[in-house]
Amino acid sequence: MDEIGAGFVRAVELIVSLDPAVVDITVRSLIIALTSTAIATTIAVPIGGLIHFHNFWGKRAVINVIQTLYSLPTVTVGLLVFLLLSRSGPFGGLGLLFTPAGMVVGQTVLIVPIMTGLTIAALSGVADQVRDSAVSLGASKYQAIFTIMGEARAAMMAAVLLGFGRALSEVGVAMMIGGNIRGYTRVLTTAIALETSRGDIEFSMALGIILVSISLIVNLLVNRVQGRWWA
Amino acid sequence: MIEAMGVRAVRGGGEVLKGVSLKAEKGEALAIIGPTGSGKTTLLRILNLLDPPGGGRVLFDGVDVSAGDRARLLARRRMAMVFQKPSLFNATVEKNVSYGLRVRGVSASAIDGLVGAALREVGLSGWEKRGAFGLSGGEAQRVALARALVTDPELLLLDEATANLDPRTTEAIEALIRRVRDDGMTVVMATHDLGQARELADRVAVLMEGEVVVLGTAEEIFDSPGSEEVGRFVGGRRRQGRSLMIPDRTSHP
Repeated sequence: MDEIGAGFVRAVELIVSLDPAVVDITVRSLIIALTSTAIATTIAVPIGGLIHFHNFWGKRAVINVIQTLYSLPTVTVGLLVFLLLSRSGPFGGLGLLFTPAGMVVGQTVLIVPIMTGLTIAALSGVADQVRDSAVSLGASKYQAIFTIMGEARAAMMAAVLLGFGRALSEVGVAMMIGGNIRGYTRVLTTAIALETSRGDIEFSMALGIILVSISLIVNLLVNRVQGRWWA
Repeated sequence: MIEAMGVRAVRGGGEVLKGVSLKAEKGEALAIIGPTGSGKTTLLRILNLLDPPGGGRVLFDGVDVSAGDRARLLARRRMAMVFQKPSLFNATVEKNVSYGLRVRGVSASAIDGLVGAALREVGLSGWEKRGAFGLSGGEAQRVALARALVTDPELLLLDEATANLDPRTTEAIEALIRRVRDDGMTVVMATHDLGQARELADRVAVLMEGEVVVLGTAEEIFDSPGSEEVGRFVGGRRRQGRSLMIPDRTSHP
């Protein structure tokens, strides 16, 4: 118990003193997760919109598949992307394996389904009367679509934030695609795994506190955009 | 101005409109009355080109606008509709009222003046910056009316626009309808309120079970209905109360 208490104090000291290694890993984690989220947003929002606004055969099945992919284990995505990016894989020539760019690819693949599904859910939550009002007031098809997306903005922002949270906190893709290379692809989650196995509990706890803090901030933001602070 | 020719509609497996034909001339106020479930809202939605007819045609200024996205959009931009439940956007009153102008590409400088004038018209002067979701039912319906009128439509469609509103708001909205009607705007209104139909409409269509059973001037319909069915409907309702309100069949057994 004492060890945990001492570890916690040391962890706080590392954070407060802006320990270079802690800062380096934190900044890298944020950059990679933010980049993945930005790319995933440009993919998931249009796909979610296309699926929501068009009726086609098998639409329900497509949505079911997307929802199933929410809970895809990160190591499974890691394995899939690893096979794609490895030397013998179809994209091996790009040289992305064990690079931050490769990690971005992996995290993007991981969070696109959940962001697409939540985008569809967000758009489905807008009442039909909003579409009626827009069209009745003279909106073209595309103007009405933008209006509906505007009405769903809070839920869509929540989808983006949840995607970011999942990208930041996953470990499977980061470990398998990034390789946990010090000063290059090491991020919060992979560093915690490594340092804990090495016995450097204080360092792990410092990174863990940062990770939980960021997750808490993301969660608060999700609640904030949905109009409730402490729900 | 607007004409339904043999319009049919099917909802939930049942035929809601069974070949409705009626026409509102330019500058005319036409009321559509009938019991709940008679197809009034379905007809208005088809006239507003929100839903395609299951059969028949809709003519706007003599042009068939039942099909063709472009023709429908251009026709729709010459009309406006106010629904029973005002579905405002999650934005300020100003953004709501200016919506029709913005989608038509009206300049920002012109929008300010037009929105201000429209809000004055409905008695909500200075309400531009208020959030639409904080408004009462009556206030929201006034905003919905301002939002419809700001584009100066040639045809105004009203679907039970004063249902569930307090008498004061109802009176204010009726006064506004009277004014736009007198200014030459074509008005087609579905209403439960027979007194309102008699007061505001030049002609009245009685819709029953998806069919127009009679169409005539307000005096003809209310004073000499012609058929026993219409007489029972109009007369029976009239005996029930001063306001000539049709009770909602679905709300009280």
